[in-house]
Amino acid sequence: MIALELKDVRKNFGKTEIIRGVNLAVQSGERVGIIGPNGAGKSTLFNLISGRLDPSSGEIWLGEHRIDGKKPFEINRLGLSRSFQITNIFPKLSVFENLRCAVLWKLGYKYTFFKFLADLEDANDAAEKLMEEIRLDKKRDVLAMNLTYAEQRALEIGITIAGGAEVILLDEPTAGMSKSETKRFIQLIREVTEGKTLLTVEHDMGVVFGLADKIAVVVYGEVIAFDTPEAVRANAKVQEAYLGSTVAESQAHG
Amino acid sequence: MALTKTHYEFKPYNVARWLIWSLFTLLLVVLPLVFTSNLSVTMLTQMGVAMIACLSYNMLLGQGGMLSFGHAVYTGLGSYIAMHALNAASNGSVNIPVTLIPLVGGVGGMFFAILFGYVTTRKSGTTFAMITMGMGELVFAMSLMFSEFFGGEAGVSGNRVIGQAFWGITYGPPVQVYYLTAAYTLVCVALMYAFTRTPLGRILNAVRDNPERVEFIGYNTQHVRYLSFIIAGFFAGIAGGLAAVNFEIVTAEVVGAGRSGAYLLFTFLGGATFFFGPLIGAVLMVLAFVLLSEFTKAWLLYLGLVFLFMVMFAPGGIASLIMMNLRLAAFGRLRQMWVAYVGLAVTALMALAGAAAMIEMVYHLQLNAALGPELKFAGVGLNAESLNSWFGSAFVMLTGLGLFELARRQYVHDWDETQVFIEKEIKRREAL
Repeated sequence: MIALELKDVRKNFGKTEIIRGVNLAVQSGERVGIIGPNGAGKSTLFNLISGRLDPSSGEIWLGEHRIDGKKPFEINRLGLSRSFQITNIFPKLSVFENLRCAVLWKLGYKYTFFKFLADLEDANDAAEKLMEEIRLDKKRDVLAMNLTYAEQRALEIGITIAGGAEVILLDEPTAGMSKSETKRFIQLIREVTEGKTLLTVEHDMGVVFGLADKIAVVVYGEVIAFDTPEAVRANAKVQEAYLGSTVAESQAHG
Repeated sequence: MALTKTHYEFKPYNVARWLIWSLFTLLLVVLPLVFTSNLSVTMLTQMGVAMIACLSYNMLLGQGGMLSFGHAVYTGLGSYIAMHALNAASNGSVNIPVTLIPLVGGVGGMFFAILFGYVTTRKSGTTFAMITMGMGELVFAMSLMFSEFFGGEAGVSGNRVIGQAFWGITYGPPVQVYYLTAAYTLVCVALMYAFTRTPLGRILNAVRDNPERVEFIGYNTQHVRYLSFIIAGFFAGIAGGLAAVNFEIVTAEVVGAGRSGAYLLFTFLGGATFFFGPLIGAVLMVLAFVLLSEFTKAWLLYLGLVFLFMVMFAPGGIASLIMMNLRLAAFGRLRQMWVAYVGLAVTALMALAGAAAMIEMVYHLQLNAALGPELKFAGVGLNAESLNSWFGSAFVMLTGLGLFELARRQYVHDWDETQVFIEKEIKRREAL
């Protein structure tokens, strides 16, 4: 079953074509790593899928719902959630409140103001459980802005998965982390996204090859390859465009 | 899960919460027995009204990050609706007891919030502020155009003593109006506090912090703002209705920009980041409008200065100052700071005295020149045209400023020391 499909998606900013006809079909439960050089359009692609930007043309399907042109919250309600490259959390709320906010819609509380949060046991339990999963249970009442960078990144992931979305987009989840942090973090992402359809933008080749079942290579607004890691590594076009560099080579093995 | 439940019920600050609410109720009941003069009872009534108004304003500012420049529209139109309802009740065309008139004001405020809020809450941030300001000007301009509803220059007046006395309550004596207001204040404050603990209230905080992310957890931020705006409008309308019952007259200035500005200013002074901040702001608002304006003609100037210093040095308002010092007290370090506080207070008062003497002399020259150059300031005779008075005042102010700077440095030093101590203490307790 196809969880997410892009059909000839294009995006122009003025006269500049940033995304030039992307076709991509992601099977349900697949883990896809999206790689590509800086400015290739990876983040734009995520913004198009998640509704932050509207495509200029083409179609985006989430399961049987067509989602291009829909608002972010509508897409989220259909079961797609994303994280951000630059940490995007609620700075003046505690870790627990951050997570509780993120589970409220899914549990059907919507805009209610006739119930006390403290009485919503399912929401509180879900938030507590998430907090343990992302290893922030010791920071329960700390304001998000007072967390360390790595903790904020973990919270970012927590908020993203909290709503129970089936399709999850992670935009450079390990950006700015040290090597050892990255390693632990990848393990964490693996655990919390078990059984979900996952799309990850990554710069670090080692991370991508470790995490993904399939890899999509985006260069200059197009997907030039979409295949298993081995096949992508062997792909001549990819080697020429991207992986040929010694930096990537060393990262891939490192 | 039962475990989580017990965890909540036995949180220690719940005891403190009960205590605070009981104390607040007790204060509302006892205050008019202590301050019995007509002036003080009226002031207390106004404080109750202002508390509801400022809290409803803070629902937008502090909790939703919506800087509104037109909140008086909702309190003011609530006042008008309530006044028309009161008049309709007194000529017998509808049957509403006076006790429920403020509620009519609330429904009125809510109605206009539904109407205008649909436009204003479509945007956030600067755009929201601009639209609310435009909305305020619009309504104020209309108040001079539609005199059937707004009563023109004279406003709309009425009489709150209507119908049969019920248990001897006629709302004739001000103290009865006070207790009506106090009851509404208690209920409204409690309801608005409850609101902060509901899903919508929390998502409103999230919208304040990061509206974009809220869209990606399934919520429509416009909808969150709109709903909260309507609720704020309801409480604003209740405040307006109570004011109408209290004053028995409503004039166009209640929807004006000045009133909106006062809500902003005093909510901020009290402290927008804590729930109870606006309550302090409301008390200050009434004190300033009723008492300070009696003391001196330059009261708006002083108010402006206070606001300025608050924005610059304590953007969390008085509430945040209180909470910071409570934190000190919790770690047993407040005692080390009191010398520094006394130093700050004395030197600041000295600088203020000098500055105020000069301000008063300027005002005297401008407004009361016909009475001669002599004036009394804080029991001291000054001559606005003599060099001695000016020199003396300037000397007092500059000396005060100089000493204040010294005191301030000492204070900052002490403060940093205690903060370092507290950080260490927190680390130590975490390690245990």
